[in-house]
Amino acid sequence: MITVRGVRKTYGDFVALDDVAVDVPAGSLTALLGPSGSGKSTLLRIIAGLESPDAGTVEIEGEDATQLPAQRRGIGFVFQHYAAFKHMTVRDNVAFGLSIRKRPRKEIDARVGELLHVVGLEGYQRRYPAQLSGGQRQRMALARALAVEPRVLLLDEPFGALDANVRAELRAWLRRLHEQVHVTTVLVTHDQEEAMEVADRIVVMNDGRIEQTGPPREVYDAPANAFVMGFLGPVARVGDGLVRPHDLLVSAEPARGAREAQVVRVVHLGFEVRLELELAEGGHVLVQLTRHETEALEPEPGDIVWVRPPLRSVLPEAAPAA
Amino acid sequence: MSANRTSRIGLRVLALGYLAALLLVPVGLIFYRTFEPGLGAVWDSVTTPAAISAFWLTIEIAAIAVPLNTVFGIVTALVLARGQFRGKWLLDAVIDLPFAVSPVVVGLSILLVYGAGGWISLPFQVVFSVPGMVLATVFVSLPFVAREVAPVLREVGDEQEQAASTLGANRWQTFWRITLPSIRWGVAYGVVLTTARAIGEFGAVSVVSGRIAGQTTTLTLLVEQRFQNFDVAGAYAASALLALIALATLLAMTLLKPRKEEDA
Repeated sequence: MITVRGVRKTYGDFVALDDVAVDVPAGSLTALLGPSGSGKSTLLRIIAGLESPDAGTVEIEGEDATQLPAQRRGIGFVFQHYAAFKHMTVRDNVAFGLSIRKRPRKEIDARVGELLHVVGLEGYQRRYPAQLSGGQRQRMALARALAVEPRVLLLDEPFGALDANVRAELRAWLRRLHEQVHVTTVLVTHDQEEAMEVADRIVVMNDGRIEQTGPPREVYDAPANAFVMGFLGPVARVGDGLVRPHDLLVSAEPARGAREAQVVRVVHLGFEVRLELELAEGGHVLVQLTRHETEALEPEPGDIVWVRPPLRSVLPEAAPAA
Repeated sequence: MSANRTSRIGLRVLALGYLAALLLVPVGLIFYRTFEPGLGAVWDSVTTPAAISAFWLTIEIAAIAVPLNTVFGIVTALVLARGQFRGKWLLDAVIDLPFAVSPVVVGLSILLVYGAGGWISLPFQVVFSVPGMVLATVFVSLPFVAREVAPVLREVGDEQEQAASTLGANRWQTFWRITLPSIRWGVAYGVVLTTARAIGEFGAVSVVSGRIAGQTTTLTLLVEQRFQNFDVAGAYAASALLALIALATLLAMTLLKPRKEEDA
């Protein structure tokens, strides 16, 4: 359980965090999601004790940690660029926190072996970080952070420096690991897909503030404002409302609340069909349909169709944005 | 292709020729001239009481100045690379002062400050004595370690140190177990340069030494003294001894080369 209250941080004139309050429930995997410069990494580093806030408090497991240095917060931190100790073997990297705590050698060896098994690096004990791939280095960094049995695990864009396929693999792996280890985890990411896939709670940040907090489906389906809606997925504008392109309904016949439009382009992407429509009242709209939905319609460029949003999933544009 | 090849070979010849003309030939010539009169004569020349005393004084001064400047250099490099404070540019500029100021001027300034009627008087003799010579040597070899280590520190960055602190290490543990191992090649190179400068220093030491034979004569001073006294063979022998110390330092560094697997 992490409780952040009234945290403010400025760098000169730049306000990185403006009166931020967050609760991270015990055992959850919470993602701090936002564009670069939104303050998500600063918030994570303040929780870790690597930065100190200008104002506000940080509590970890009910203990006020605001004045505690990083070394005494009982955290595990994973950096985007691994921060591997280059002059140490994999074994010594993972053992570092335990050897600082002067644990007996036997205990350290057992723990290191166990963790290398968890992260799938058995047999790599005597290698140096330079002999590992990026994904392996990051898994070693995770084992190193977990070795000291942290109260909270903090991950700063942990997959940001990896190739797309390695990233996808590690995401699924992290999710499974979390189900095994169940340590309270905070993940910083700018990738909404990563947040949706891995986290059970998402905190959407923008301009040093928190826009919305909730489970992935809730922030996706019921965004608090236009920023959250736009950051979590594609958005189409119909009339004066915002709607997800896959929620739009398209028919060949006029219907209540439907608007007339002409098909400009049809793109077939396997199971998905994208239509680019030009509204009769002016403006373009992108629609995502399933292949099944288009079977009856068989849209061709130049066709006249009728498009309408389902009433429930429209966000009025007047909703406060940021 | 062939023009490319020609220019590449030309460049190599130029570089090697430059090196040979300025470095290898003069040093080689010294060794040649040294051993021309025969080994026995050389041995006699470097085992006179004056030569032995000069040898040990040179080693003694280096043994004090090098550790001092290594510690100071690492601390200064940490301040320059990691610190954020006003006036950092000033420190950055002042570090280079010993490079900019002529060693003779350094020697004179030590005379003025610590000499008879100077600003500072200590309970022990500074000028015309070993403490003054150490002081002069420390001053002229001050910047090497800091200048070698600071860029390495910047390149390594501070993420490993942050990682160590999140794993429970305090600053002292982080320094010994993370920072120092990752800058050790910069430190080693700085130490070699500092040692070379400390052993080879002439100007500043010459001014403050007073050249008391058997007491404040270092090897470089001995070379000059013998040369002035028309003992050319003796000067060559002392020079060869100096060159040998330098080679030993370089060899020590080469033997400590990084293991391959740690290259990253």
